[in-house]
Amino acid sequence: MAAANGQVLHKPLGLLAELTHRCPLGCPYCSNPLKLESRADELDIGTWARVFREAAALGVLQVHISGGEPAARRDIVDIVAAANAAPLYTNLITSGVGLREQTLAALAAAGLDHVQISIQDSRAASADHIAGYQGAYARKNALAAEVVRLGLPLTVNMVVHRANIERIEEMVEQALQLGAGRIEIAHVQYYGWALENRAALMPSREQVERAVATVETLRGRHRGRIVIDAVVPDYYARFPKPCVGGWGRRSLNVTPSGRVLPCHAAECIPGLEFWSVREHSLQAIWESSPAFNAFRGTDWMPEPCASCPRREQDFGGCRCQAFLLTGDARATDPVCHLAPNHAMMAELAATQADAPYVYRR
Amino acid sequence: MSTTPRMVVDDSVPRLPRGVRLVDSAAQGGMVLLAPERVFKPDPIAIEILKRCDGKATVAAIADELAATYDAPRERVLGDIKTLLGSLADKQLLEL
Repeated sequence: MAAANGQVLHKPLGLLAELTHRCPLGCPYCSNPLKLESRADELDIGTWARVFREAAALGVLQVHISGGEPAARRDIVDIVAAANAAPLYTNLITSGVGLREQTLAALAAAGLDHVQISIQDSRAASADHIAGYQGAYARKNALAAEVVRLGLPLTVNMVVHRANIERIEEMVEQALQLGAGRIEIAHVQYYGWALENRAALMPSREQVERAVATVETLRGRHRGRIVIDAVVPDYYARFPKPCVGGWGRRSLNVTPSGRVLPCHAAECIPGLEFWSVREHSLQAIWESSPAFNAFRGTDWMPEPCASCPRREQDFGGCRCQAFLLTGDARATDPVCHLAPNHAMMAELAATQADAPYVYRR
Repeated sequence: MSTTPRMVVDDSVPRLPRGVRLVDSAAQGGMVLLAPERVFKPDPIAIEILKRCDGKATVAAIADELAATYDAPRERVLGDIKTLLGSLADKQLLEL
């Protein structure tokens, strides 16, 4: 079937449910917007339950319960139970701080399928410094151990940047010792807070090349013991990332107040009209909301994307990055070596400074 | 520290671990395998094998049943099953 803009309409697979923007941590690369939504505007549980049912009917298979710190919601257990009943595969993405052991046990009983815990570094002092929270590292490790003890599958998410990029081998070792079945080595993506901190976070090209090689080596060494997934560092890449698997193609993101976005950073693009689950069904939003149709398919593409053989593979790259770096959301992502302004990437990546972090607050 | 893929033998008893579920999705047009932050669409043969990974049947028993059901050479069926299950175990999608 076709979307309102005449493009092929796919069925979404994943829903990112940002329950709240509240979070005890202050990570300088937080993917939440610079302007955080307030607690008073958060959706109630009844609305979330409806959104989960509508998502399942629409084809969504997995919900990623995130935030902020989702456990900052006192009704987190009921929300997870509602997602499970929808029915959706339920993944909790947590900082591990502010989630008590008894709540975790209740979540497991409510049908939670998987837990992802972020850990900021393999060394405590550095991890706590990056998180802007004393004692975070110890609490995260304790909670990760509890996840495994309860028999829940665990992913450890390690965001990688200049301060910790040399310790990927140690991070994987730590994840193995915690009993994680999967680790994400996620190089910082420069939006929102990370863009504010880009010069302080940016690794060198040599560091990135070593990191990519290390991940390959470790994948071979630990095959069958742990899955190592990597989010690649795109400032040094030749091809852009296929952001969110194509705009309005595989996933949607609901903000704490109920705005539905094609990706979590989409609000940085001016002029897009987002619809809210308070006023529309998820199906109506997926099919007809102006924001979802703005860059769906390939008709919106300028050259060199429009005639590129990779246009259905990387979808012109990331619309948010195109806007943030060029001022034009329709431009080819400058990460692509064919983009007219690709040369700017080398300049931006070379701008590195050991400045203090601007913490997310 | 192991560098070789997980060995699947005739007596192995495969099962889907917690966090991995084979579900029928009408909206997505059939069976899908859901795993931590991953979704797979198995082919029809893989689906028949996965349905039988119940933590009770051995690999040999699964091969017997599928060879009989589909009137296929047992040795080839057994080989296909071992290849698939080994690859799934490597991806943490199966316990043996």
